[in-house]
Amino acid sequence: MTIRPRGPGARTAANFLFAFGLPFLTVVLWGVWSTTSTNRFFVGPLTILDAFRQVWIGPAFVDDVLPSLYRLALGIVASIVLGVAAGVTIGRFHRLRETLEPLLEFFRAIPPPVLIPVAMLLLGITDTMKVVVIVSGAIWPILLNTIEGVRATDSVMVETADSFRISRWERLWLLVLPAASPRIMTGVRQALSVALILMVISEMFASSSGLGYRIAYFQRNYLIAEMWSGILLLGLIGVALAVLFGLAERHLLRWYHGMKEITRA
Amino acid sequence: MPDRSPLLRVEHLRKVYATPTGDVEAIGDLSFTMNHGELVCIVGPSGCGKTTLLKCLAGLLRPTSGRMEMDGSPVTGPSPAMAVVFQEYGRSLYPWLTVRGNVELPLRHKKLSRAVRDRIVTDAIEAVGLPEATRSHPWQLSGGMQQRVAIARAIAYQPEVLIMDEPFAAVDAQTRADLEDLVRELHATRGISTVFVTHDIDESVYLGQRVLVLSNSPTRVQEDLVIDLPAERDQLTTRALPRFTHLRTHVYEQIQRAKRGPAVAPS
Repeated sequence: MTIRPRGPGARTAANFLFAFGLPFLTVVLWGVWSTTSTNRFFVGPLTILDAFRQVWIGPAFVDDVLPSLYRLALGIVASIVLGVAAGVTIGRFHRLRETLEPLLEFFRAIPPPVLIPVAMLLLGITDTMKVVVIVSGAIWPILLNTIEGVRATDSVMVETADSFRISRWERLWLLVLPAASPRIMTGVRQALSVALILMVISEMFASSSGLGYRIAYFQRNYLIAEMWSGILLLGLIGVALAVLFGLAERHLLRWYHGMKEITRA
Repeated sequence: MPDRSPLLRVEHLRKVYATPTGDVEAIGDLSFTMNHGELVCIVGPSGCGKTTLLKCLAGLLRPTSGRMEMDGSPVTGPSPAMAVVFQEYGRSLYPWLTVRGNVELPLRHKKLSRAVRDRIVTDAIEAVGLPEATRSHPWQLSGGMQQRVAIARAIAYQPEVLIMDEPFAAVDAQTRADLEDLVRELHATRGISTVFVTHDIDESVYLGQRVLVLSNSPTRVQEDLVIDLPAERDQLTTRALPRFTHLRTHVYEQIQRAKRGPAVAPS
């Protein structure tokens, strides 16, 4: 049987059902299942929600959540700035790109978590170390997508800029960056999830604060509901990042989506 | 009456592309002169190096040998005295800028006051008949309107010469006729010297005061033809003139000859 929404109200309700129906159903099933389970590591949603309130709303927010978010934000911003700057430079010079490509492929292939012990030795157990670890993983999708985006700048657009003698800086802002922006945003989207993962892992390895540290601490002390509540919080941070990214992308790439819509029609 | 002194002088232009399979001579030996205020059409068989010639003129390609002079000084790169309208309007306009932003693009680095710049941009957009579209993005417009934006951008640059590379090859016949009249009107009212490259014989005869017929590659000037049609032209009556038919037949024959064999070196 298919449901055909009739009015706009019915359509909104249907959209709402689609968006929240499955998550809600999952939570209900999980709640029912957890009451029948005797496994003490398998905790029900209400217990976790209770733990969530007790653990995260209060001093832990300042002690653990804020430092984590600070490192995450710093890591993401640094990845974007460095990745785009390096990507534009490498992408514009054919020779440089060919020279660096094998090296970049190699560095990208190194799983970033293995750098944590190295970073610990070199930088100590500091915020800098964690930011460096985040950047070491999150920069690659941005860098490689930027290189590709800059390289693929339309030749007629470049000739247009040449013929009107557009200066170097104007060319960067008016041609190179906008032309590469759809690819750059693809890179940033991938980088966000990598950054979140590396934030947690770097904190689990060596830290005295942060979400990763706190979750590992709960786990070692058999505070199972609290541990799950931390995982829930991480999931929520991930969703929040995706929503923020979606808003930024819609604003920055309005022309791109509009153009695609028209060519598809 | 525009000044008839030489504006653009091309002497023994030659362009050879080095390719992995050997050198390809796109332009053999090409010479012509264009005066101030002239509208010259360049027509030739497809693949005869029209676009190469145009890119050399615009300073986007370096010729292998030969001289090009603009107002007496050699052309070595893109010049502020030339503006190009490309065939592929969809790839020449920047889709992230509005119509106004695109037209303003070549003025950004000219040291003009805000007010002067705004006036030039508004004037250029009005000259091509798009005052309602300033805030739209190019991709929201039809092909013909997009090419109008590209023309507005070129005239906002205030060049001595407007160089147009098969600008109307990708639009439908009706739009094309309108755009041809726009080019004639801009030439008449603003006196902008124009080089118009096309593969369409009728278009070249209808638009031009002179038509340069190019030979097959390696390209030379096969014929330099003065179009002695009245200065006032319109799509219906001019195209119906016996003289128009005669001229287009002549150009057509020249191009057929150009296609068949290598050009006879002009004496």
